[in-house]
Amino acid sequence: MLGYLARRLLTIVPTLFLVAVAVFALVRLIPGDPVQVMLGDAADPAQADQMRQQLGLDRPIPVQFLYWLEQLASGDLGHSITNNLPVLPLILERFQVSAVIVLIAVALAACIAVPAGLIAAWRQNSVLDLAVVGSATLLLSIPSFWLGLLLLLLFGLKLKWLPVIGYVPFSENFSQAAWFMVLPIVTLVMVEVGVLTRMARAASIEVLRLEYVTHARAKGVPEWRVLARHVLPNAFAPTWTLIGLTLGHLLGGIAVIETVFTLPGLGRLLVDSIFARDYPVVQGCLLFIAVVYVVVNLIVDLCYPLFDPRVALS
Amino acid sequence: MKLRANTFVGGVLIALLAGTAITATFWTPFDPLRTSLRERLKPPSALHWLGTDEFGRDVLSRIMAGATTSVIVALVTVVLAVSVGVLVGGVSGYRRGWTDRIIMAFTDALLAFPGILLALGVMIVVGASRFGIVLALGLAYMPSVARVVRGTVLSIREKEYIEASRVLGNSELYTLARHVLPNAIAPVAVLATSMFGWVLLAESALSFLGLGVPPPAPTWGNMLAASRSYMENASWLGIAPGLCIALTLLGINLLGDALRDRLDPRMEQG
Repeated sequence: MLGYLARRLLTIVPTLFLVAVAVFALVRLIPGDPVQVMLGDAADPAQADQMRQQLGLDRPIPVQFLYWLEQLASGDLGHSITNNLPVLPLILERFQVSAVIVLIAVALAACIAVPAGLIAAWRQNSVLDLAVVGSATLLLSIPSFWLGLLLLLLFGLKLKWLPVIGYVPFSENFSQAAWFMVLPIVTLVMVEVGVLTRMARAASIEVLRLEYVTHARAKGVPEWRVLARHVLPNAFAPTWTLIGLTLGHLLGGIAVIETVFTLPGLGRLLVDSIFARDYPVVQGCLLFIAVVYVVVNLIVDLCYPLFDPRVALS
Repeated sequence: MKLRANTFVGGVLIALLAGTAITATFWTPFDPLRTSLRERLKPPSALHWLGTDEFGRDVLSRIMAGATTSVIVALVTVVLAVSVGVLVGGVSGYRRGWTDRIIMAFTDALLAFPGILLALGVMIVVGASRFGIVLALGLAYMPSVARVVRGTVLSIREKEYIEASRVLGNSELYTLARHVLPNAIAPVAVLATSMFGWVLLAESALSFLGLGVPPPAPTWGNMLAASRSYMENASWLGIAPGLCIALTLLGINLLGDALRDRLDPRMEQG
């Protein structure tokens, strides 16, 4: 287990290094002088020089890169150009908002999708199965940002049950914060349920065909016990991998949901920084999300044996 | 029976999309860019079937023109991602060794970014434009093609007919192009179909964020983004573009499922 962990950590090192190179190269690839772009055309030359020095842009590229890596290693992602705040705390603060929504949404989606997929597979080709697969495919096809807008229109503007826009941190007022989170979370749950249900169903169908299921039934094990004890644990493993991928994809795509519901999350920070040409923040966000994505997938892999003891981590 | 109904519905939806996209290149009811302040935010009527937007532009015409943009962007992106991906993955799987290791390290690094995030990064560099989106999304989706092709090639290259081609004195390139790649097409076809849907969705999302096709050119994504400010009084502005995206994705998903069942019953995706 420890050996496996060490090897897995070693394999993500080159990946993370290339990610760092890509993020570093990004700002250097932007046409024109980045300082000019960030400060605007009317920039004072002295101020531009100072900024160039501050960002280390007057040194050779490889030196800049090593210097940047050294700063990264000490957790320093630089300072925002718009408000001069350090980038890392800014990212962490916004990340909390996104992480809460994404984690709750994925957990809820899995709680709905896994049983739904299992039952659909159990009654394969029945009306129930058709209904489950049909609704899953339908949900899969609805873009999250449109669904969000529709829910906002219905529950926020027409029925006035839920607040339309705004955000209150959980630390300030829990119940009010939860109230603002309902629509974003429901939107993400509906979108993700589609993908996960189809996966859970496909995995369950495979398992239901196996001989030990027939054997368990032949022994007279009650049907609910066959499903809960023999099918569910074995069908959950592939779904679990997909849940990991979903977490990462949601983090990447959260910007659209945060835009629909005007939430101050990480995705919104990234998009706002792109528009403001605040490149240190852009670099920080891209790097942070990529690292989280890699780490989440590592954790998912490490948890695999919990659901499928046959998988030895070696 | 169920399969046929699915394929039929999917086919009809995609045929509608293609028909609309082609028609809009030479005819739309109104000029999709013509503004008319007197006809701002008019609800659907006999003249303007889907109403007019905040500049008095005909929504139906814009939806049709948006279909053309989306289809062209998605098609070109898929062609780019598939051709580069097949080449990269094919070489990687066929040559193996260091070529393979280096290429795979790069694709892994690209896959370490969630697709849309990578596209965002590229858009920063190349700027918001049609060309930028194609490049950004092509780069984002190329690695998954490369991975699939590499895996297939790795298994095909061990087959006896490949050995036979080599013994006959055919060059490596010829063997790869003539015997290896054609056999890797089935999984790529399935992937390319789904990819068309992903690219269309990603393009809409980028345009929705204001980082895609720049206005005034209509796309479903930027029409949705613009509708947000008028949601309370002009909800029709937000319904039509979203419905178009959803129906297109539904068509692609249904066709993709049918294609997968047909070409490779074992391959199951989420």
